[in-house]
Amino acid sequence: MDFLRPTTWEEALAAKAQLPGAVPIAGGTDVMVEINFAQRRPEALLDLGRIAELTTWERDGETVRLGAAVPYTRVMSELRRELPGLALAAHTVGSPQIRNRGTVGGNLGAASPAGDCHPALLAAGAEVEAASVRGTRRIPVEEFYTGVKRNALAPDELIRAVRVRTATGPQQFSKVGTRNAMVIAVCAFGLALHPDTRTVRAAIGSAAPTPLRVGAAEEFLDSALAEAGLWESRAVVPPSVARRFAELAAAACSPIDDVRGTAAYRRHAVSVMARRTLLWTWESYRGGDRTEGGTPCA
Amino acid sequence: MDTTRPAGVTRTPTDLTQASRSPGGVGESTSRPDGILKVTGEFAYSSDLWHESMLWGHTLRSPHSHAEILSIDVSTALAEPGVLAVLTHEDLPARVRNYGLEIQDTPALATGRVRHHGEPVALVAADHPETARRAAALIRVEYRELPVVHDESSAIADDAPVLHPGRADHYAPHVAHPNIVHRQPIVRGDVTAARARADVIVTGEYEVGMQDQAFLGPESGLAVPAEDGGVDLYVATQWLHSDRRQIAPVLGLPEEKVRMTLSGVGGAFGGREDLSMQIHACLLALRTRRPVKMVYNRHESFFGHVHRHPATLRYEHGATADGRLTHLSCRIVLDGGAYASASPAVVGNAASLSVGPYVVDAVDIEAVALYTNNPPCGAMRGFGAVQACFAYEAQMDKVAAELGMDPVEFRQRNAMSQGAVMPTGQVVDAPAPVAELLRRVRDMPMPPPRQWESADSVGAAGVDIRALPGGLSNTSHGEGVVRGVGYAVGIKNVGFSEGFDDYSTARVRMEVVGGEAVATVHTAMAEVGQGGVTVHAQIARTELGVARVTILPADTRVGSAGSTSASRQTYVTGGAVRRACEAVREQLLALGRGRFGASHPGWADPGLVLEGGKVTTPAGEVLAPLADVLEDESLEVELEFRPRPTEPFDVRTGQGFGHVQYSFAAHRAVVEVDTELGLVKVVELACAQDVGKAINPQSVVGQIQGGTVQGLGLAVMEEIVVDPVSKVRNPSFTDYLIPTILDTPAIPVDVLELADPHAPYGLRGAGEAPTLSSTPAVVAAIRAATGLALRRVPVRPEHLTGT
Repeated sequence: MDFLRPTTWEEALAAKAQLPGAVPIAGGTDVMVEINFAQRRPEALLDLGRIAELTTWERDGETVRLGAAVPYTRVMSELRRELPGLALAAHTVGSPQIRNRGTVGGNLGAASPAGDCHPALLAAGAEVEAASVRGTRRIPVEEFYTGVKRNALAPDELIRAVRVRTATGPQQFSKVGTRNAMVIAVCAFGLALHPDTRTVRAAIGSAAPTPLRVGAAEEFLDSALAEAGLWESRAVVPPSVARRFAELAAAACSPIDDVRGTAAYRRHAVSVMARRTLLWTWESYRGGDRTEGGTPCA
Repeated sequence: MDTTRPAGVTRTPTDLTQASRSPGGVGESTSRPDGILKVTGEFAYSSDLWHESMLWGHTLRSPHSHAEILSIDVSTALAEPGVLAVLTHEDLPARVRNYGLEIQDTPALATGRVRHHGEPVALVAADHPETARRAAALIRVEYRELPVVHDESSAIADDAPVLHPGRADHYAPHVAHPNIVHRQPIVRGDVTAARARADVIVTGEYEVGMQDQAFLGPESGLAVPAEDGGVDLYVATQWLHSDRRQIAPVLGLPEEKVRMTLSGVGGAFGGREDLSMQIHACLLALRTRRPVKMVYNRHESFFGHVHRHPATLRYEHGATADGRLTHLSCRIVLDGGAYASASPAVVGNAASLSVGPYVVDAVDIEAVALYTNNPPCGAMRGFGAVQACFAYEAQMDKVAAELGMDPVEFRQRNAMSQGAVMPTGQVVDAPAPVAELLRRVRDMPMPPPRQWESADSVGAAGVDIRALPGGLSNTSHGEGVVRGVGYAVGIKNVGFSEGFDDYSTARVRMEVVGGEAVATVHTAMAEVGQGGVTVHAQIARTELGVARVTILPADTRVGSAGSTSASRQTYVTGGAVRRACEAVREQLLALGRGRFGASHPGWADPGLVLEGGKVTTPAGEVLAPLADVLEDESLEVELEFRPRPTEPFDVRTGQGFGHVQYSFAAHRAVVEVDTELGLVKVVELACAQDVGKAINPQSVVGQIQGGTVQGLGLAVMEEIVVDPVSKVRNPSFTDYLIPTILDTPAIPVDVLELADPHAPYGLRGAGEAPTLSSTPAVVAAIRAATGLALRRVPVRPEHLTGT
């Protein structure tokens, strides 16, 4: 197994073009586990650790361009105003040590249905910036997840960054695991209010073969909020609306029974999280809070 | 020491010398000699062992839970560059090919048949661990799958495959089916008559899932071939001499040619009582004539040791309207998996402790362990008593509810005390403060309600989500959360039972080093994290009046210390160290009388004490410094210490003086349950325990807190999940969850010290009792919060949400 250590992004793209079987590695929190347990033997590892620009982020108009190798710890500490949903999701990843190493780019590359970032990215609105020697393209995150642990990258492409829309309203992320920390998701839910466009976006994780937006639930909620003029009045969301939204969110799931939980429980838990996150964000919106991000803590 | 160690071995255990400025004796919280090394990462664990030119061993394991082995082809593996040996059952050198703690039913390498998922089939030694692993994957094994025995009905069916045909063990004649390892009934009193007197009768069926010890240091060790044809084995284990007794015959060596040294042990909890890589590493080392190291990773570790027996328990309790238990009948079925391991003893414990710490005059009890194709189960902290405690404590709440009584008061009314008679007929002849322990946990202050509401908000305004069910996963800001409170109390035996000849050996030396009298303690006790090395130094200081004590590495150059299990080491090996110290003290005083007796009448006093490095009279007059008495003499004593003997349980009635000592703990659990999502946050787990005498109070509290958390794990998350064909589904720390610090509640501990007159210093084994009552207390609290019956642990979100 070769270990390639490019020092520039151009070298990295060239290496990936030359050796499409090379697996990119940044924090190594997924890749090294698979290698250590002999579940995977790539022909080469492509270490992105020397490429400084991957570990930076910048504002670009209405979005944050988040370098692929920015670790979760920095998302939590530096981006909780701009990307509150993603910061909350980052908070639930592994242990402090894992959060110091693991990256949003890695989460996208692995494309596990249980990846913690995905519902937050889908709810916020994001594009994955994929690059190769052929050029750069932006993939809407909805189109990025193509199957269980599969994504839309071409064999010669690397993730340069993810462009996430800066929050214009409250966002929430909630995840069920059978432990109070350091747990893989049984299922997860992300929700973002977008007062500028009078829309709500919401997404599930670990309750279908891929992370996905709950389209029917979003459409129902958008029209229910609009019809009642709730964006303007900032009045309470009627319980019947929250309940219906939760039912539609659960209906969007196609979960499986596995060692972490039953399909029936996942569907049920998604409905509870959908209702709670909607009420939390709406309560913040009513109170005039722009966002409701995570606070740094242990 | 090092002169006898094979050249080139590094990172092996070294002497632990502990000096103390305070008296540092029994009853003081002296600090652990290995503590700083462990928290700074300097401590050498068995996985850190190294030897120049060593090879790496790897085990090929069965992918099937029950299959015939039709053929094994090692030629491709053997041809791999870097591979030095590939061994199968055909390479076993001796006629003895099986091992086992009590019943020798476990093949060193599978022969003709595999009986559980992960059973060792072949071994590889190579010059690199990766090479060994890849070569193992090249071994071609042809299997024919066989029908699987996975529960009681499939085990004792008429056409059930017999897992161990031709059994010759001494339990075989007493069981109704060869797939039953052991059966222990206990009958006492007239259950039929007692049932007629009962005003209420309550039945229940309970299940306990398969818990793993989940020690953090995986199985590992280093075998070094010796010039005499023997082998030196450095290994993390719980009982060196028991290992050696099982290893040597399979290697075809006399025991004295298998020399064992304890290496750094990263936890045990019963999971190192059985052999894992010991025989395998020795076989490879003897074959290749090179040192061989083996280290399991976490995945392999889940297959490399036995687990806690899963159990099904059916109980019936009767009580009179005034809250007195009339009778109890129960049937406990323990799944022992493919090999016997400690199953017979677990059956004995489950049966004899199945009533709990209560007085019940009429009982009809049966416990059995099965052979199945599930993973082998054996020793784990609590050992049969954990499963029973979950069931009888659930029943106690149920009976109390039926009677409309307070559950604590109902327990207190039936609690045993000193002088009570066990269902086995054994009289409890030491303090048994069961009602008092319950009173103490009940009377502790309650954590405030809505304890997540906090100025120090995390996640949401005014809320600390770390204090809520779901924690940092941010599932609730208080919605759906209901508090519950539950109580439980348990009884655990201490030491080996049922007539086993339990003893420990200690060697103690006293001499002058650098002008100071110092003591050296040598035992074969496995320090697995329990703090035995600290306690031995404390005992030596108290008995010999020295400040500096050196603890030599545990090895087989001294006699057996028994297992670090059954809460027995401070009692038995601690007792041996004390006796040896007393004998050294007598020699020292005799020496002193000879040297100085003529010049000072104080030497004739029979009550002389050794204190502060001096011999003094009971009145405190200094007679001589220890160093002056010793001069250049070295006093050394080796002796064995035995607790009082026990006797086997009668095979039909279960009567017998079966246990050395009993240990009691009670818990009060306070939980918050998110009733919509089925998530649980244990807020507080208060414990009261009688330890007889806290030899090291800080270590005692640590043991109680650790046991409490392990019980919490069983209550709400820890389970090895086995599928319908007996394959393990979650052999990883991703899916086998153990409590993190954010799952660990406040654990206020109230330690009682009511001396047991039969035990050294009056002490009572402390390590296991808290593991028993923790689980049922947590589940009782969840029942109180939800109103659900909850008859199985671990409780899962599905159970709480009806999904």
